[in-house]
Amino acid sequence: MNDGRILDIQGLKVHFATDDGMVRAVDGVDIGIDRGETVSVVGESGCGKTVTAMTILKLIAMPPGRIVAGRILWQGRDLVPMGPEQMRSIRAKEIGFVFQEPMTSLNPVYTVGSQIAEAIREHEGLSRRAALDHAAEMLRLVNIPNPSRRVHDYPHQFSGGMRQRVMIAMALSCSPKLLIADEPTTALDVTIQAQILDLLDEMKQRLGMAVLLITHAMGVVAETAQRVVVMYAGKVVEEAPVAALFARPRHPYTQGLIRSIPRLDMAATEHRRLEAIPGTVPSLLHPPAGCRFAARCRHAVEACRAEEPALRELGPGHKAACIRADEIA
Amino acid sequence: MTQYLVRRLIIAIPSLLGISVILFTVLALAPGDPFEELATNPAIPPDVRANLRASLGLDDPIHVRYLSWLLAMLRGEWGFSFVSRSPVADLILQRLPTTIAVIGAAQLLALAIALPVGIYAATRPYSIFDQIANTLAFVGFSLPTFFTGLLFILLFSIYLDWLPFVFRTQIDATGWRWWWEQLRQSIMPVLVLGLFQGAAWTRFVRSAVLDVIRLDHVTTARSKGISESAVTMRHVVRNAMIPVVTLVALQMPAVFGGAIVTEQIFRVPGIGSLLISAILANDTPVIMGVTFVFACLVVFFNLVADVLYGWLDPRISYR
Amino acid sequence: MLAVLLGPLLWSVPIDEIDFTARLQGPSWDHPLGTDDLGQDLLARILYGGRISLAVGFAAMLVAVTFGVLVGAVAGMSGGRVDAGLMWLTDLFLSLPQLPLLLLIIYLFRDALTQVVGPEIGVFILIVIVIGGFNWMPVARLVRAQFFSLREKEFVEAARALGASRLRLVLRHILPNALGPVIVAATIDVAAAIIAESTLSFLGLGFPPDIPTWGRLLFDAKDNLDFAPHWALFPGLAIFLTVLSINFLGDGLRDALDPRRVK
Repeated sequence: MNDGRILDIQGLKVHFATDDGMVRAVDGVDIGIDRGETVSVVGESGCGKTVTAMTILKLIAMPPGRIVAGRILWQGRDLVPMGPEQMRSIRAKEIGFVFQEPMTSLNPVYTVGSQIAEAIREHEGLSRRAALDHAAEMLRLVNIPNPSRRVHDYPHQFSGGMRQRVMIAMALSCSPKLLIADEPTTALDVTIQAQILDLLDEMKQRLGMAVLLITHAMGVVAETAQRVVVMYAGKVVEEAPVAALFARPRHPYTQGLIRSIPRLDMAATEHRRLEAIPGTVPSLLHPPAGCRFAARCRHAVEACRAEEPALRELGPGHKAACIRADEIA
Repeated sequence: MTQYLVRRLIIAIPSLLGISVILFTVLALAPGDPFEELATNPAIPPDVRANLRASLGLDDPIHVRYLSWLLAMLRGEWGFSFVSRSPVADLILQRLPTTIAVIGAAQLLALAIALPVGIYAATRPYSIFDQIANTLAFVGFSLPTFFTGLLFILLFSIYLDWLPFVFRTQIDATGWRWWWEQLRQSIMPVLVLGLFQGAAWTRFVRSAVLDVIRLDHVTTARSKGISESAVTMRHVVRNAMIPVVTLVALQMPAVFGGAIVTEQIFRVPGIGSLLISAILANDTPVIMGVTFVFACLVVFFNLVADVLYGWLDPRISYR
Repeated sequence: MLAVLLGPLLWSVPIDEIDFTARLQGPSWDHPLGTDDLGQDLLARILYGGRISLAVGFAAMLVAVTFGVLVGAVAGMSGGRVDAGLMWLTDLFLSLPQLPLLLLIIYLFRDALTQVVGPEIGVFILIVIVIGGFNWMPVARLVRAQFFSLREKEFVEAARALGASRLRLVLRHILPNALGPVIVAATIDVAAAIIAESTLSFLGLGFPPDIPTWGRLLFDAKDNLDFAPHWALFPGLAIFLTVLSINFLGDGLRDALDPRRVK
């Protein structure tokens, strides 16, 4: 095991009890993050990436959700058996979280300053006054103009992009060692998206924390991450350093994701159409036997449906779960 | 905030005017003449009656009559009771404090039940506590106040003989004993009204809290590492109070209706029982006066709800 | 509820048979629910009163729903100033003190109407119209809200694009979709109307004394509570159980029709 590893998720399984049966949202996932590293988790909606992220801080509703198996090692300590009180001391203080929807993730009835200050007062034991000053400082850090006045404003007085800056300020206010950002740009305009990604990058450089970036956009991955984990139907199907992944994707699903990125340099005369992956994610209620991607895979053979392929090492730090990984890439 | 308050006050004026128009229309459309009593009285000659009518402006066109009626109402000149010959305003003022006290105490009781029970039930949906609370609330607001009142009298006054079942205005005791007697005779009316409201509010609180508890900002609050009770109180209950205030304000007319019934059952000398006895005695000025007071009370409480609303939801006062 | 409808077939003791030898009796084989101060059979009177209460409830609900749908549809369809005016009126009615006004109106109009059509029908019409007239507001709000959300929906747009007339649009496409919530509100309205009628009768201001509605029975019984508790208990229970079952029905319907129900 790597000493620099700050978070190590091992064999995590999270199931949800529903009326129709057990949904295996996360079904045996391993993800590791080193100190100061940016790891990106990609996949379509419903592949379990958000549940994985929320489970790290135990923010999923339990019940109906349940951690069935696995360990979440945070600096060597397992978070899974921890009680609510211990979890509270990890949240915000050691691991900050930025949510997908800036429009609904802030409480509309409190000023943004008091919402940022709430975390600071909880963990740093500052007075109301000092915490509010610190909140203004955080707003300045995320480039919100006029911070000492804006702390007294309510969320509805901010635009979507500005609210996401507030959310980032809130998540960073107690100087966490890891920032989890769950699709932080999905709900924003394209021009704002780039600004928020730049801001995350800048914060990372300045504060030196690790970042776990959840996204479904391969373009975002290429810009920000050092290492990429590709998830499909509750499982990790490929993991690689970002350069290696884009240079030679080994899993057909990853190949499909990369082919579906629109590119400006793709001339219309080139007759290469933007490819979508046919079909949808299989039901996690009754996942199919064998490789879960087989039904949508153009390279699928009989053996794919017989046995579930395991992740195997194909290059330095490059793993994929496909029995034909050597033939198709 | 001040601006918002002024605006709400200005909006309240047309509602009061609208209510007064409705009241006046009902009165004007009503068949029969308020002077029927005088007309059948042979001691009053017809020309005196005609003079009286003219002096009261009964022969003027309808809008003039409305204006002069409205002015008189606003000046507090509500006429004299046919029965007791005393001014209507005095009669009402005499009895208003009792009504306000009973209703106020009942609302406090209802709040004391609805808030904790509703919040606790909503934070544990479909638990045993929730199901019991839900069933009791359902039963509670399906029980009409006049039936609960009778049941209470049966139980506490007749079988157990703990509490008096008729409210007395005059209590010949002083000091502590006076307060004790007052308390004993107020228990049942307040319970009847309070339990009924409490049951309805419990459902409001529960469903409002359930609506808020699954919102994104609650997860955000939890991700900050604050305690679960702080999440519930600061980020769930505080936000859930906004729709609850609206629903409670909508309930105010029903609260006053319940108060009339309760006062009647326990013979509480408030304006509700004044209204009933006035109707039974065909005492028109008193009926009008009491109805108008009830209308004003409802508008007033709506105003209070608006103020609360503006204070609870910062988005409102900035609009 | 079933018993109330079928009652007269099963229990044929006349409601006004006066039997002074059997006054204020508790429940017995002859009189399963006992008798009142004139020796009249309570079961028969409760069954009869139930039919009146239910009739008032349903009739008042019909008045309320008809009026509410009308106001809501006009407001929702026209928008703008008409909408603002109608909604102001709705809010105004919502803040009226209903019971005092109900009492006032019945007090003022009862005699005139009974002279025209007779005491029973007169009071029936009056009570139904007045109770219905004070219960239409929630339905109006609901229908209006439905109109606002539905008229932007694709299928309504499509129908409009195909040149459907306004009236046809409302009748064929929007109203049927608004039906669910309105049915729920109508159910609750029946319960509210039954309580309102019973309250009036209980205050001695509803139907004439010789018609035994449930509220009237309670009104007569309340002065004899100490020696004939059964007289108050049974009609009270009848109101309670009826209202409870209607509310349950409404709640069940709401859950069944609500797509965002949480489990």
